Amino acid sequence: MSIIELRGVSKSYSTAAGIKPVLRNASLTVEDGEFVSIVGAMGSGKTTLLSIAAGLLPADAGDVWAGGEPLREIRRDGAFVFQNYSLLPWFSALENVRLAVDAAFPTLSRDDQRRAATEALERVGLGNAVQRRPSQLSGGMRQRVAIARALATKPRVLFLDEPFGALDALTRETLQQELARLCSDGERTVTTLMITNSVEEAILLSDRIIPMLPGPPATLGVPIAVPLPRPRTVADLARQEEATRVRAHVVATLTAAMKDRAPVGSAFSRTGEAREDISRAGDRFGRTSLASAEES
Amino acid sequence: MVKRVVHVMLPACGIVLGLAGWYLASVAVPDLPSPARTWEESKLYILEPLTKRGETDQGIVLLAYYSLLRVARGFLLGIAIATPLGFLLGVSKTLTRMFDPIMQVLRPISPLAWLPLGLILFRSSEPAALFAIAVCSMWPTVINTMMGVRAIPQDYWNVAKVLRLSRTTTFLRIIVPATLPYMFTGYRLSLGIAWLVIVASEMLTGTPGVGGFLWQEYNSLVYAHILLAILTIGVVGLTLDRLMGLAEARLRAI
Repeated sequence: MSIIELRGVSKSYSTAAGIKPVLRNASLTVEDGEFVSIVGAMGSGKTTLLSIAAGLLPADAGDVWAGGEPLREIRRDGAFVFQNYSLLPWFSALENVRLAVDAAFPTLSRDDQRRAATEALERVGLGNAVQRRPSQLSGGMRQRVAIARALATKPRVLFLDEPFGALDALTRETLQQELARLCSDGERTVTTLMITNSVEEAILLSDRIIPMLPGPPATLGVPIAVPLPRPRTVADLARQEEATRVRAHVVATLTAAMKDRAPVGSAFSRTGEAREDISRAGDRFGRTSLASAEES
Repeated sequence: MVKRVVHVMLPACGIVLGLAGWYLASVAVPDLPSPARTWEESKLYILEPLTKRGETDQGIVLLAYYSLLRVARGFLLGIAIATPLGFLLGVSKTLTRMFDPIMQVLRPISPLAWLPLGLILFRSSEPAALFAIAVCSMWPTVINTMMGVRAIPQDYWNVAKVLRLSRTTTFLRIIVPATLPYMFTGYRLSLGIAWLVIVASEMLTGTPGVGGFLWQEYNSLVYAHILLAILTIGVVGLTLDRLMGLAEARLRAI
């Protein structure tokens, strides 16, 4: 039974300029314990998809299932990490986490809630910063607090909305490793659905990668398996042939989708942005992989 | 060093120029007491600020204290109504549409207009004064609180949603702290207005206080005391504003 299942989901937003389709006929499944990433360019509707999968947003058409049950409201067994941390600045790190613990386990005593929150912060390496406010923490530390807050509620499913997008490259790498460790250690593996615009990040963390083919309306491509041993490091990925193959496959899928529908002279349109993103991603992985992907 | 001297000197120069203007005006208008005469006739009130010689013949601090007490009560009444109203209007667009026209009409009404209505409603001068203060001073708090709620970033609403916080928790842990700086801006402006209203309401109701004293001394032709009362009102108003400003700055620092 899939923990997350979307079947033929579509979504449009009504704006002043009329109805704007965002998603069309998107289907995906995430199995228990799986880490699945949706990779796509900025503004391609990834957040919308994630919100629908989490029950934050209703779909216009299609079915959303959570562990075999139709999902009608926000998932009770889910937790979120947002790109911009979304911590409450008037609370200490501890209080930010405790607020989540309180909401998830209201029957716990205040002391137990504090203990659980402290433990969660210790697990992300913030044991000695529990009393600090978000403004006194670096970006990486803030995101650690946000991850601690999400995991402190002992979720079955973790939804990550570009969790490392606002971090510098070095911090990002450390946190990616930490997240991989946190998601898989303990008595059970947390099922995770992440959206990202970094192919590299997706390969580092995921069991499967689902390319998001830009629209509007966007659709989902065929999932690409990442059959690489864990734990993975960025250095490993640069050397492993299998990683190179997966990377090429993902980039090629996304690039092909861009080419199909790239309008001429729309440098400022959504698609324009997206194209730039993907080609930059291609650059980072080296021209060869992109070229070989196009040949295959 | 030079900068610091200038810092002190410039306001001092301003005060001296002000006094000079006052002096010139007093030469031109014989009924207007000069600064020196004002001091001469007022020093009893200032040097014995806490002496009570009669119902309205009291030390200036005592008079200011009565006025402040009245302002405090009217102001607290005002913000006790205005704060929840601001939250409601901030959360609900329907309520805003419903009450916006009334608010726009009531907002510019002078305290002098409210006071007789208060006297009709409460048949006594003290509650009428409080009514006038409350009803005039509440608007900045209503509007700022409303704006504060509307300005809460989507991120915080998302937190409330994904953590599935209850309505009460969302209100106490997110809406109130996020709105607090705006609320205090409202409180500061409201207190300023409440202090403006006090003089008018004390004049009309003849209750003891700085405003009542001012009106009584005008009727007794002791013009120096009018100036004393005016200056007192100014100094107290400034102090209140500064104190509220400090509280506000502390909240914004978070």
